[in-house]
Amino acid sequence: MTTSTDHVLAAGHSPKLSQGLPETSPSRRRFSWNFTLRIVLLLVAAALTLGPVLWTLSTSLRSPSESFKLPPSFIPWNPDFASYGEVFQKLNIFLLVLNSALVTGLIAVGQMVSAALAGYAFAHLKFRGRGALFSIVLATMMVPVQVTIVPVFMLIRGMGLSDTLLALILPAIPTAFGTFLMRQYFMGLPAELAEAASIDGASPWRTFRSIYAPLAMPGMAIVGILAFNYHWNEFFRPLILTISEQNFTLPLGLVSLQGNLGTGSISVVLAGVVLSMIPALVVFMFGQRALQDGLTAGTGK
Amino acid sequence: MSTTTPPRQRPDQAARRGRPGAAPAASASAATGRNRQRWLPWIFLAPTILGMGLFTLVPIVASVVLAFFRWDIISAPSFVGFDNFSEVVQDPTVRVSFLNTIVFVVVAVALQLGLALALAVMVQEKMPAWLRVFFRSAFFFPLILSAASVSIFMRYLFNEQFGVVNWFLSLVGIPAVPWLTTPGGSAAVVVLVYVWQNFGFSFLLFIGGLASIPVETYEAASIDGATGWRKHLHVTLPLLSPTTLVASVMAIINALQVFDQPYVLTRGGPGDSTRTAVMVIFESAFQRLEFGQASVIGVLLTLIIMAITAAQFRLSKRFVFYQ
Repeated sequence: MTTSTDHVLAAGHSPKLSQGLPETSPSRRRFSWNFTLRIVLLLVAAALTLGPVLWTLSTSLRSPSESFKLPPSFIPWNPDFASYGEVFQKLNIFLLVLNSALVTGLIAVGQMVSAALAGYAFAHLKFRGRGALFSIVLATMMVPVQVTIVPVFMLIRGMGLSDTLLALILPAIPTAFGTFLMRQYFMGLPAELAEAASIDGASPWRTFRSIYAPLAMPGMAIVGILAFNYHWNEFFRPLILTISEQNFTLPLGLVSLQGNLGTGSISVVLAGVVLSMIPALVVFMFGQRALQDGLTAGTGK
Repeated sequence: MSTTTPPRQRPDQAARRGRPGAAPAASASAATGRNRQRWLPWIFLAPTILGMGLFTLVPIVASVVLAFFRWDIISAPSFVGFDNFSEVVQDPTVRVSFLNTIVFVVVAVALQLGLALALAVMVQEKMPAWLRVFFRSAFFFPLILSAASVSIFMRYLFNEQFGVVNWFLSLVGIPAVPWLTTPGGSAAVVVLVYVWQNFGFSFLLFIGGLASIPVETYEAASIDGATGWRKHLHVTLPLLSPTTLVASVMAIINALQVFDQPYVLTRGGPGDSTRTAVMVIFESAFQRLEFGQASVIGVLLTLIIMAITAAQFRLSKRFVFYQ
């Protein structure tokens, strides 16, 4: 409600706005009702979106005996961090975080490097079969991970990598979408830079490393952030490719924690869930723009 | 790499002509340069192409080949022709799971797109900038969470006795709904949780699409007397059709692959009510060790996805209204 008056006040006090849109003033009252309804609907939607997450946070801060209580208290007046301590006892959370960080970090770096290299080749280097090869790379985007998982599982076994973290990392490094994104990015950089560099005597490799790669850092960051978000949260492949608990990643560990505890102590499970969200939240805060651009890249917008 | 293996005779030639020979040295480097130029693209492409060949292309071929074999990893694979196909097609669990997947895709995608479009239109209209940023971030937020942990806390929220969802319903006099213990309730929870997490993606696409509609179009429409709903019906929707097509195809392809939510929320139950196609791939391969049948299901799923992608290209040529 206050937001709607703020809005009207702001519009009234801003000479530019009222000058620019003279025809809105006669219908301001009607418009304002429309506006209020719209904001209320949006606020309800936002509450339904954020509510479950806030409930998770607040329940994780309640003592296990209180976590079943209805009506639920959404604001934890007396936060109890005992559940967080218990997560560390029930679950080797350091190992899970370490595994997740290792897997996600190496995939992200691997994707950034390999996608930058391939994207540069597709954008600025000439070679036979470039168009056809790029089409094949794009076509692999259509193949869902579930379809290739059985042969990948066997391949990993054949390589002697089953139940290792490398089994999760290696197959995830070649990225069709990342290659596509980096090609687009390099196409946006002028080819004249390479010509100038070659006149100055720089080798093609040096031209890439010292000129194009630094300029493409923002694009590489998008690839890295997308890889981080996807693989930090990944569940399907780790479920299949890891067997022993010492190789579990966070989502897998949390699901197994939930299974072990049943519905016994919600707050402990939820404390684990909250802990697993923290890195994702950090990425969200610092990379929101990049994440949005990356997700919607290649959709024609 | 190419620099380490220059043509054999070059160093000898250079040596014969004497050390301070600038010209031969230059010609040698030009030759290796040319040689390197030919190889260079492949060096750049090697990590991606080798990785994709090994972990995507070979597995695709292997999947198709495996579909004709019976193999449990332990004993040697035996060729069975189309047996796997006929067994899969006749398997009631597989049939139910494909039916479930189709119903899920239709309902979830319709909800996801409808919700995303409505919210995008509402956010795009006049409001303070900070409020718009807040709404956008709020709707985007679930996308960064893992489907597994989302499903974990949603399981508690939808609990029949102490779940917050039923508590809210009791406030308006609705008796407790047995969400996770009945087939209909479980299916509804899987859809709701999935849509909750994914509508933000379609929302982002629609925001982008709306931003690309020129303001003049609306001005022209309002001069012609269009207001409110009519404006959206006759201006926004047609001009948004390219975005809608892309958004729906992406949403369909993603929804066809649903696994994490039903696996963590319901394990496919009660009965087979929330078993999806990907869950059956997982179960037949890694629980029943029927790799051939799992491959058949995988191949079928890929064919569906390819058909939808192909349809997208055709539809975009015929029905999409470009400005």
